[in-house]
Formats: sequence, C-alpha cells, structure tokens
Amino acid sequence: MIPAQFEYAAPVSIPDALALLRSNPDAKILSGGQSLIPLIKFRLAQPALLVDINNIGGLDYIRAQDGWLKIGALVREADLEDSALVRRSYPLLYDTTLSVADPLVRNRATLAGNLAHADPANDHPATMLAYRAEVVATGVNISRVIPIDDFFRGLFATSLAPDELLTEVRVPMPKPRSGGAYLKMERKVGDFATAGVAVQLNLDAAGKIEQIGIGLTNVGLQALRAKRSEDALRGALPDAKGIERAARLAQEDCDPASDLRGSVEYKRNLVRVLTMRAIEKAIERAKGM
Amino acid sequence: MEKVTININGADYSAEVEPRLLLVHFIRENANLTGTHVGCDTTSCGACTILLDGKPVKSCTMFAVQANGKHLTTVEGLAQNGKLSPVQEGFHEKHGLQCGFCTPGMMLTSVAFLKKNPNPTEGEIRWAISGNLCRCTGYVNIVEAVKYAAEKMKESNQ
Repeated sequence: MIPAQFEYAAPVSIPDALALLRSNPDAKILSGGQSLIPLIKFRLAQPALLVDINNIGGLDYIRAQDGWLKIGALVREADLEDSALVRRSYPLLYDTTLSVADPLVRNRATLAGNLAHADPANDHPATMLAYRAEVVATGVNISRVIPIDDFFRGLFATSLAPDELLTEVRVPMPKPRSGGAYLKMERKVGDFATAGVAVQLNLDAAGKIEQIGIGLTNVGLQALRAKRSEDALRGALPDAKGIERAARLAQEDCDPASDLRGSVEYKRNLVRVLTMRAIEKAIERAKGM
Repeated sequence: MEKVTININGADYSAEVEPRLLLVHFIRENANLTGTHVGCDTTSCGACTILLDGKPVKSCTMFAVQANGKHLTTVEGLAQNGKLSPVQEGFHEKHGLQCGFCTPGMMLTSVAFLKKNPNPTEGEIRWAISGNLCRCTGYVNIVEAVKYAAEKMKESNQ
C-alpha cells in the first residue's frame, strides 16, 4: 500500500519537535509507528507533516524516582519486557507489555504511543487506569502532569494539546503487599482484545484490600474504570462472594459493541470472568504466592 | 525528497526517496535485495522481517527515511563466505519450510532470538516466532529448525 504524500522531519530535541508541531496544524508525531503507519497506509490518517521523535536523545529511560516508575516516551515494549525492575515489581505492567501485538511489533512500539493513540482496544490504557498513573505533557513553555483519569477523552482522543508531546509516563511505586494482573482474551497473537481486564491492588496488614484499581480494555469508546467494582472491594476482606459481586458490577458497567469478536452479551460475560480471575491473581501475587 | 543512506548487510545504499517510501520497498527496489518479502502489508505476517541494528522489525511498518544511517541485516546477509549460517542450515536440514515465502523473516527472527536466548525451550521458540506467520508447515519443522540451530551454535562455541 502506498501512503499519501507527507512532509517529514526528524528533530533531535524536544523544543525543535514542539516548534514543528506548532508550525503545522496537520502535523502528527511519529514514535514507534506501529499503529500510525498502518493507518497512514490505509489512508485513514493523512497527516501533512510527520514529526519523527525517534532521534531525540534521552527519552528511553526506565527509572524509579520519587515514588514513581518513570518511563520515557521512547521506551519500547521490548525494553519493558527486558527490564528486571518491571518484571520484579510491576507484574501488571509486565503482563500488559507481553500481550501487546507480537514480538516484532514490540521492538518498535512504545508505551507512550500506546497511550497517546488512545485506541480503546490498546492494552496499556486500562492498565494505567488500574495503576492510577500520570503522564507528563511537554509544551513549548511549560510541562504539565495529567492524571490518567483526565487523559482519555473518547475514541482516539486525549487531553493532549496539538502542540504538546507526551514525554513521560509515571507509574506509582507499589506499596508493600501489592499485586496486579492483566488478563486479555485474544483470538490469536497480534489481535486486539475481545476484552481485557487490568487489576492493581494492595492489602493491609490484616489482609483487607486497601487500594484497588480496575481498568477494562475494548469494551467501550475508551478504556473504562470499573469504579463500582473498585468501591465494592475497597476496605473489604476479599472472599469469593465479594469478588464475584465486584465482577458482576464490571459486567453491568462496561459498554461493549457487538462485532466479529463476539456479541455484547458474550463480551459482558467475558468481562465478568476476566475481572474475577484478574482480582484473584492480583491477590495471589500480593500475598507473594 | 530526502537523501538517505542505509547500510544493508555491510554495504551502503544511498538514494533520494520520498518520505512515504516504505523501508521494505527501499530494500527490494532501491537495493535490489528481493529476499525480503511483502506479505500482508498490514503488520501482521512478518514476511518482511529484517534486523534493524540487530532487532527484528517489520519493514513494511517503517519508512525508509527512518532507517537513514542505520544498519540492517536481510536474509542475503546471513550466509558468510558461501557458508550457510546455523539457522539457515537448520531450516535446510529440518525442512523448516514448504513454499518458502515466510522463511527469510522466520530466519531473521530466529537469528536475533538465539542471540538473546541461546538455550531456548520449545515454548520460548514458539513465543519468539509468534509474530511470523507460516501458512504451510504448521510450524513443527520450523521449531525443529530453530532447535537444530541452537544446538549447532552451542557446538561451534565449544
């Protein structure tokens, strides 16, 4: 497939990239490109200018700092997979990165791009909701921190301004007795989720759930927070009945569409089952089992 | 138009290209290296897999301008001095192909994988090649070919 013509620029600094974004209202940022380039090939997207940020140095860091895991905009999925820190302390993020597309795509695709693209079928948005993550948006004169709940604004839409660059993703460092899990039903490797559920929680000394985040993938116009399910479990000593009830609330609160991957009824039921299993797995991990 | 120079298998190829030119077309049409195949053209099949600075990526999902100044390896770069690489030998010995269309991509993914994991389990091999589709073999002999290559590489390192 031959894409439509576009101008191309490969700046080496963030200010240069921002100036280019300002110079053309039809500019688009090219990062890993594993979603954008297929869209351009199908001519579903026809940006006038591609601002390739891959040559900007210093954006490929993964570091624990000030209570956050800070992940730079050019960290690839494969970097997360290879990070001992992520594998050891961020099982939800590790699960999620392994379920994105396939190993070849993961060598290019970035976490920041996965969020900025804001496809409800992408895996990281639900995970970042579960973590209560933040993203850093860098603009010409100022950068701002956006809580993840204020970031997604519907189908392929975010609260980033056209001349802002998502430069960093911040995941809170887990408290003691924390655990998380991402469960995704996909028809085959590389397919989008029929549905996916991300859970992150921590237990107090008595074994009660202190904090819990639950995010849902591809069952709405954007990644959804299963708020009523979270509320049902927060402060509770988790038992089978309570987990089942929380899962039923997620089944009611999600908003899937019927498509080739399944009917609305099927997907709602899938959300119930995956929510239950993801909570159980997160608790097991929190207990160090 | 953008001037790009891309090193492929140790040789530099320079051309003036449109930014929209896909890397796979640069490899096939500007460098005349047609071992890299265009399969699905939609980031699914992995027939266009090449090594970009040592990492396997889908060359239908990159623009040639993005590879400016980079080092690529294609299937033509695997054999050294007329001698097949261990992975190529494995695919030959274990008959890891039928029609052969997916084979260049399959082998390049395997080369990068065995460098990272020289002692893989069958499950790890299947996971590693999960971004490369084969419509003929059912994968059994491909997995055998990768196992053969791993053994061969261990022998030659001893």
